[in-house]
Amino acid sequence: MEKANKTIAIFNISQHYFKNMFKIVKKETLAESTKMFEVEAERIAKKCMPGQFIILRIHEKGERVPLTIADFDRDKGTITIVFQEVGKTTFQLGKKNVGDEILDFIGPLGNPSEIEKFGNVVCIGGGTGIACVYPQVKMLKEKGNKVISIIGARTKNLLFWEEKMKKFSDQIIVTTDDGSYGRKGVVTLPLKEILEKEKIDRVIAIGPPIMMKFVAKTTLPYKVKTIASLNSIMVDGTGMCGACRCVVGGETKFACVDGPEFDAHLIDFDLLISRNKMYLDEEKKSLELYRGEI
Amino acid sequence: MRTSMPEQKPKERIKNFNEVALGYSEEDAVKEASRCLNCKKPSCVKGCPVGIDIPGFIQLIKEKRFEDAIDKIKEKNSLPAICGRVCPQETQCEQLCILGKKGEPVAIGRLERFAADWERKKGVKPPEKVEDTNKKIAVVGSGPAGLTCAAELAKKGHSVTIFESLHKTGGVLMYGIPEFRMPKKIVESEIDYIKDLGVKIKTDMVVGKTIEVDELKKDFDAVFVATGAGLPMFMHLPGENLNGVYSANEFLTRVNLMKAYRFPEYDTPVTIGKRVAVVGAGNVAMDSARTSLRLGAEQVFIVYRRSEKEMPARKEEAEHAKQEGVKFMLLTNPIRFIGENGRVKKMEYIQMKLGEPDESGRRRPIPIKGSESVMGVDTVIMAIGQRPNPLVPKSMPGLETGRHGNIITDEHGKTSIKGVFAGGDIATGAATVISAMGMGKKSARAIDRYVKEK
Ligand SMILES: Cc1cc2nc3c(=O)[nH]c(=O)nc-3n(C[C@H](O)[C@H](O)[C@H](O)COP(=O)(O)OP(=O)(O)OC[C@H]3O[C@@H](n4cnc5c(N)ncnc54)[C@H](O)[C@@H]3O)c2cc1C
Ligand SMILES: Cc1cc2nc3c(=O)[nH]c(=O)nc-3n(C[C@H](O)[C@H](O)[C@H](O)COP(=O)(O)OP(=O)(O)OC[C@H]3O[C@@H](n4cnc5c(N)ncnc54)[C@H](O)[C@@H]3O)c2cc1C
Ligand code: FES
Repeated sequence: MEKANKTIAIFNISQHYFKNMFKIVKKETLAESTKMFEVEAERIAKKCMPGQFIILRIHEKGERVPLTIADFDRDKGTITIVFQEVGKTTFQLGKKNVGDEILDFIGPLGNPSEIEKFGNVVCIGGGTGIACVYPQVKMLKEKGNKVISIIGARTKNLLFWEEKMKKFSDQIIVTTDDGSYGRKGVVTLPLKEILEKEKIDRVIAIGPPIMMKFVAKTTLPYKVKTIASLNSIMVDGTGMCGACRCVVGGETKFACVDGPEFDAHLIDFDLLISRNKMYLDEEKKSLELYRGEI
Repeated sequence: MRTSMPEQKPKERIKNFNEVALGYSEEDAVKEASRCLNCKKPSCVKGCPVGIDIPGFIQLIKEKRFEDAIDKIKEKNSLPAICGRVCPQETQCEQLCILGKKGEPVAIGRLERFAADWERKKGVKPPEKVEDTNKKIAVVGSGPAGLTCAAELAKKGHSVTIFESLHKTGGVLMYGIPEFRMPKKIVESEIDYIKDLGVKIKTDMVVGKTIEVDELKKDFDAVFVATGAGLPMFMHLPGENLNGVYSANEFLTRVNLMKAYRFPEYDTPVTIGKRVAVVGAGNVAMDSARTSLRLGAEQVFIVYRRSEKEMPARKEEAEHAKQEGVKFMLLTNPIRFIGENGRVKKMEYIQMKLGEPDESGRRRPIPIKGSESVMGVDTVIMAIGQRPNPLVPKSMPGLETGRHGNIITDEHGKTSIKGVFAGGDIATGAATVISAMGMGKKSARAIDRYVKEK
C-alpha cells in the first residue's frame, strides 16, 4: 500500500512539474493588428501578479519576446497576453490559432506592481498599454481605490477593452489622436484636467515611451507619484545580459529585474527611446524577408 | 616537444564559426601519450580539481586502448570533451607535469579531448542502470556545476531533476563560450549522456520566479543551487548606455544562444561595427574579440588596464586572438564613451602604469595623468567580469551570502539552510568550468550522505 502511495505521489509531482505545453486556448482579434491569446501556463498563472511579464519564443530560430501579463485565471491556469503586430515575431505569433502550442513561455518575470489603498488613482493605458494596465486597474479597485482610467489610441480601430476597463473603474475617459472616437487628443489633456480638479494620490501609465514621458511631465508640477512600465529591449529577462538597461534617478538599472515599473519622474525616457531604436534596420530587414516568404 | 594539434589557419577561421582547434588524430595521440613518464607519484593528478587518473588514461591511449582510456576518465569526469577544450591546463595538471620543468609538459588536455572525441565518433556507451534509491534531488541551473552534481547523484541511483531558467541547457557552455571554441553539438551530446543517466531536465523554469526554492524543498529531499555568475558588470562610465555598448554577456548570448551570427535566418540580431573595443582580458574578452572578427569587424582591440603578464585568459585563447589579428592595447583604461545620435562613436582612454601589488597579488594599475587620448570605435564590449546571479539568493530569506552576493557554503557545498547546497560560480564567484565541476562533485557526495541520513 505504501509503495502504491509513493508511486502516486511521484506521478503527481511529475504532472505538476512536467506539464510543459503552453497551449493557446482562446484567440481574439481585439483591434486592428492587435490580438489576444489565452495560454495554458499553470505555474505562471498560479504565481503571477499585476505588473509582471512573460517571455516567449515560438520556434527554434525565434527571438525571445517580452509581453505583459494582461490577465490571469488561477483556477483555469491560464495567462492572457495582448500584442500588437509590429515585427516578424509578433506577426508570426498572430498566425497561431487555438490548439497551437507556444514553444517557450517563461515567467512571471519582473517585479509585481506596488498595489495598495492609495486613495484616488489615475490609470493610463496607451495602445497595447491598455491591456498591460488592466490587471492593475482591477486589483486597485479590489483594494478599495477610486480608479479613474484613461485609455487612448491613435484612432478608433486601435482601441479595445473599454467595457472591461469600465467594469473596474469609477470613471473612464477615452481619447483618440484623430478624434474618431471619444475625446480628440492625447491622454495628457484629460489627465491635466483631473489633476487640476481633484487630489490624485497616484498615476500609473503604460504605453509608448513618448506617452509615458509626457504623462510624467504633466504630473511633475502636481507632485503626484507617477509610475511607468518600461518596455526596453530584452534578451533573457532575468538580469543576465543588460540589454534592458535604463537610467532611473541617474543610476543604471536593469528593467527586467529592477523593474519593469519605476518612478516615472526619475526615468530617462530619451535614453529608453534611443535604445529601443538600436535594431531598427535589422527589424525592418527581418520583417521584409518574412513578408516576402508569405 | 609536444605534438602539435592541427588548427584552422587564422586567415580562414576568422571567416567562419567552426571549431579552431581540430584535435589529435589517433597517431598524434599515441605519439603524445608516449611522452608521459608514467611517474610513480604523479603530481599532475594533484593539479586536477576532479582528480582524474591522468597517467592511467594516458597509458591506455599509448596502448591504443581508447575505449578503456575514456572509461578511466569518466570515472572522475562526466564532461571530458568539454574540459579537454576549455580547462586552463597550463595552471592545473600540465603546470605540475615533470616534463614541464625542462621542456614542454605532456598535452594532457589535448589527450583528454582526443579520448572523448574518439568515443563520441564511435557512439557513446549508455551508462549502466543503477538501483533506484527513491530519493529526489532538485538541481537549479544546468551549467557545469549543476550537470556534474546531477550526473554524480544519478549514478548513485537518486532521481534528479534540473531546473534551468533559459530555454537551453548547458549554462555558459551554451550561451557564453562560442561555437568556434566549444561546438554546441558537443555540449548537447555531453548533456544527452547525462540524460541517459536518468536525469530529468526542465527548461524555462526561473527558480525564484516560476518556482521558489521553498517549493522545491517540499517536493525534493535536497536542493543544489548552481546558478552561476551571470550578472554582468559595468564600469559606470559616461556614455556606457549608448547603443553599440554591450556587456560581453549580452553580446555572446545573442551570438551563441540566440545564434545571431546566422541572422536573418535566426530572428535575433546583433550589430557589429568596423572598429571594436573589448574592455578586459579574460577568456570572456578573448571570446568577444574573436567573435567580433568573425561577425565582420575590421579592427578589434583588447583594452586592458594591466600588462600582458596579468591577463587572466587561458594562454591558448590570448595566442589565438593574436594570431587572428586582435590588437592588444595594454596598460590602457577607457574613461568615457562619446556618441552621436545615440550610438557610440568614440572612446576616450588613459594610459596606466603598474604600482604595488593589490589584494589579488597583481600589481595595481594607476592612471597616468595627462595621458588621455581618443579613438574612434563603433562597438564596445564590456568584459570586465560577472558577479553571482542574485535572483535565487534574493528569493531565499535566511540564506547567508558574501560581499559579492555569492552563496556562502562549507567545503562540501552546505549552505546556511538545511537541505540546500550550492556550488560553482554562484558560490565561488566567476571561476572555471573545472572548479565548478569539482564543487558539483563534492556537493553530490555531501548530498548523497545527507539524503541517506535524512
Ligand atoms: C516588459 C515588456 C512588456 C511588454 N509588453 C507588451 C505587450 O503586452 N504587448 C505588446 O504588444 N508589446 C509589449 N512589449 C513590446 C514587445 O516586446 C515588442 O513589441 C516585441 O518584442 C516586438 O517583436 P517583433 O519581432 O514582432 O518586432 P521587432 O522586429 O523586434 O520590432 C518591430 C518594431 O517594434 C519595436 N520594438 C521592438 N522591440 C520593442 C520593445 N521591447 N518595446 C517596444 N517596441 C519595440 C521596434 O522599434 C520596431 O519598430 C513589451 C516589452 C517589454 C520589455
Ligand atoms: C564567455 C566565457 C568564456 C569562458 N571561458 C572559460 C574557459 O575557457 N575555461 C574555463 O574553465 N572557464 C571559462 N569560463 C568560466 C566558466 O564558464 C564558468 O566558471 C562555469 O561555467 C561556471 O559554471 P556554473 O555551473 O557554476 O555556472 P553557469 O555555467 O553560469 O551555469 C549556471 C546556469 O544556471 C542558470 N540559472 C541562473 N539563474 C537561474 C534561476 N534563477 N533558475 C534556474 N536556472 C538559473 C543559468 O541560466 C545557467 O544555465 C568562461 C565564461 C564565460 C562567460
Ligand atoms: S533582459 Fe537581460 S538583463 Fe534584462
